[in-house]
Amino acid sequence: MTRVLFAAMTAVATGVAFVFLLLPLAAIFLRVPIGDLYDQLGSQVFRDALVVSLKTSLIAHVAVLVFGTPTAYLLARKRFFGRGALITLIELPLVLPPAVAGIALLAAFGRLGLLGDELDALGISIGFTQTAVVLAVAFVESPFYLRGAIAAFESVDESLFSAARTLGAGPWRVFGRIAIPLAAGGLGAASALALARGLGEFGATLIFAGSLQGVTQTLPLAIYAQFDQDFDVALAISALFILVGAAILIGLKVFTWARLGSISRFRLVTSTSR
Amino acid sequence: MGTARLDLKVPTRDFDVEVALDVGAETVALVGPSGAGKTTVLRAIAGLAKPSRRLVAANGEVWFDSDRRIDKRPEQRAVGYVFQEYALFPHLSVERNVAFAGGDPGDMLERLGIGDLAKTKPAELSGGERQRVALARALARKPEILLLDEPMAALDPHTRGRVRAELRTLLHELGLPTILVTHDFVDAAALSDRIAVLVEGRIVQTGTAEELIASPATPFVAELAGGNLLTGNARPRVDGLTEVVLESGVTIVSTDEADGPVGVVVHPWEIAISREETGDSAQNHVRAPIESIVPVGNRRRVRIGPLTAEITAASAERLELEEREVVVAEFKATATRLTPMS
Repeated sequence: MTRVLFAAMTAVATGVAFVFLLLPLAAIFLRVPIGDLYDQLGSQVFRDALVVSLKTSLIAHVAVLVFGTPTAYLLARKRFFGRGALITLIELPLVLPPAVAGIALLAAFGRLGLLGDELDALGISIGFTQTAVVLAVAFVESPFYLRGAIAAFESVDESLFSAARTLGAGPWRVFGRIAIPLAAGGLGAASALALARGLGEFGATLIFAGSLQGVTQTLPLAIYAQFDQDFDVALAISALFILVGAAILIGLKVFTWARLGSISRFRLVTSTSR
Repeated sequence: MGTARLDLKVPTRDFDVEVALDVGAETVALVGPSGAGKTTVLRAIAGLAKPSRRLVAANGEVWFDSDRRIDKRPEQRAVGYVFQEYALFPHLSVERNVAFAGGDPGDMLERLGIGDLAKTKPAELSGGERQRVALARALARKPEILLLDEPMAALDPHTRGRVRAELRTLLHELGLPTILVTHDFVDAAALSDRIAVLVEGRIVQTGTAEELIASPATPFVAELAGGNLLTGNARPRVDGLTEVVLESGVTIVSTDEADGPVGVVVHPWEIAISREETGDSAQNHVRAPIESIVPVGNRRRVRIGPLTAEITAASAERLELEEREVVVAEFKATATRLTPMS
C-alpha cells in the first residue's frame, strides 16, 4: 500500500513539475501563430538588437576563449598553494545576482569607478557603450567557460603529457598537439554553454551599459523594452531564444552521446584481445 | 655502446628514494612491491621528478647534477620511456604516435614488425601491439637509455608469454642501457641481465635471478624470488647444525648458521612428498594436509600446510595425491637457507 502511495506521489510531483516548466514556454508559441511571430522579426527594434547581440557576444566570446583557455590549462595542470581558493573565486560570479555583477563592473570601470580617472585620462569612457556590453557579457559568461575548460583539461591523462615531454615536446607542442585536441570535446561543450549564457545576459548589461536601441540594447534588453509597448515583438524574440537554446542543448546532448559511444567502443576493444 | 650512471635521492611523501646504479649495455630490472619507489626512479631519470641531490648521466652527458646546478628538462633528455599502460596518444594513429618523437616513423614501424598498423588508432590495438607501438615511439626518440615501466602489466595472461619472449629478443638486439620496472620476479628474470630489488626506496640486493634465488639477502627477496619462507627462532645445536623452531611448533634443521629470529628459505623443487615418513637422509619432515594442487607445465605445485612443493606430474599421479589428504613434505637440512629477520 505504501509502495503504491509513494509511486503515486512521485508521479504527481513529476507531472506538476513538467506542466509548470513547459506551460509558459508552450504559451509563447500558442498565444500568437508562428507566422505572425516570424513577421515581428522584421521590425527595426529586433534587427538593431540582433546586430548588437551578435557583435558583442562574438567579441566577448572570442576574448573569453583566448584568455580563458590558457588560464584553465594552467589551473588544471599546475598544483600550487591557493589553487583551490583561486578556482572558487573564479566561480563566484556564477552565484552572484547579475545586478551585482553590473554594479561591480560600474564600480571598477565606470566614470566614478576604481579605474575611472585612469581611463578618463586616456580619453576612454566605457560606461553605456558597446564596450560595456562586451565587458558585461564576458564577465558573466567566463566562469561557465572556465569551469568546463578546467574539467576538460583535468580529464586528460597526466601520463600523456609526461609521454609528450619525454618524446621531446616543449610546452607549446604539448599544449597544441596533446592538450587541446584531447580536451576539445569538453572545451566545445563549455564554449557552447558560455555562449548561450552570454547571449542571454540581461541584468549586468542593463546596469553597466544601459538599453540604448542600436548601441547597447541586446536581444534580452529588447524583450524588456518591448513588453509593454509591443508585446508581440517581445514574444517573437522570446520564441527565438527558446529555439536557439533548444538547438544548443540538443546539439550538446547528441555530441556527448556520440562521444560516450566512442568511449564505450574503446572499452570494448581494450577488453578483447588478439 | 652507452652506459648510464645514476646516483639519486628523490624525496617522496613517505620516504626518500635513494638509488645508485651503473647500467651498461644491459637490462637491469628494478623489482619490488608497489609503492617502493620504482616508478619514481624512472621519472627522476627522465626529468619528470626532481631529485633533491646527486647525479644522472647517460653516455657521458650529464642530465642532472645538483652540485653543478645542471637540471635538463625532460624534452632535452634522450630518454626512451615506455609508460605503464603505454600512454599512447589516443587521437593519433600509430604512425603519428611514432612520428611525434621526430624522424621517419616508417623504418621504426617496420623494424618492430608493425608496419601494417601505421594508420590504426591505439584503441583498436591489442595489448601486445600497443606495447610494440610504445617501444617504437620510445626508440624513435633515439634514446641513450630505455626506461620500461611495468611493460607486461597491461597484457592478458595468455599473450604474456609470447610478448615477453619477443621483448627479450628485442632488448638483446638493441643493446641499450635499459631499466625495467616490474613487480613480477618471473618477468624480471626473463627480461633482465641483473635484478635490483627495491624496498622502501632502497636497493636491498642486486644480482642475477639465480643469485637472488640461491642466496636472498632478506626474507622479502626470498619470498619475491619464489622460495618458501618460514619464520621461526634459530638456535645453534651442538652437532654444528642449526635448529629453527617455527611459529607452528615444527622444528626445522639447517646447515646454515644463525641465532635468533630467522626466515627459512626452501625451494619448492627441494621438497619431496611421501605418504609416510621415510627413513632416508632428509632431516626435515612436515606433516600437513594438501591445500591445493596446481599444474605448471609438466610439474605440479602442491601446497602442503605452509610449504609449496614442486614435483613432476608423473610423481603426483603415482602418489594419487588428493586435496585435503595429509602427507609428509620432506627436505634435507642442506636445502635450507637461513636469512636473519630484522
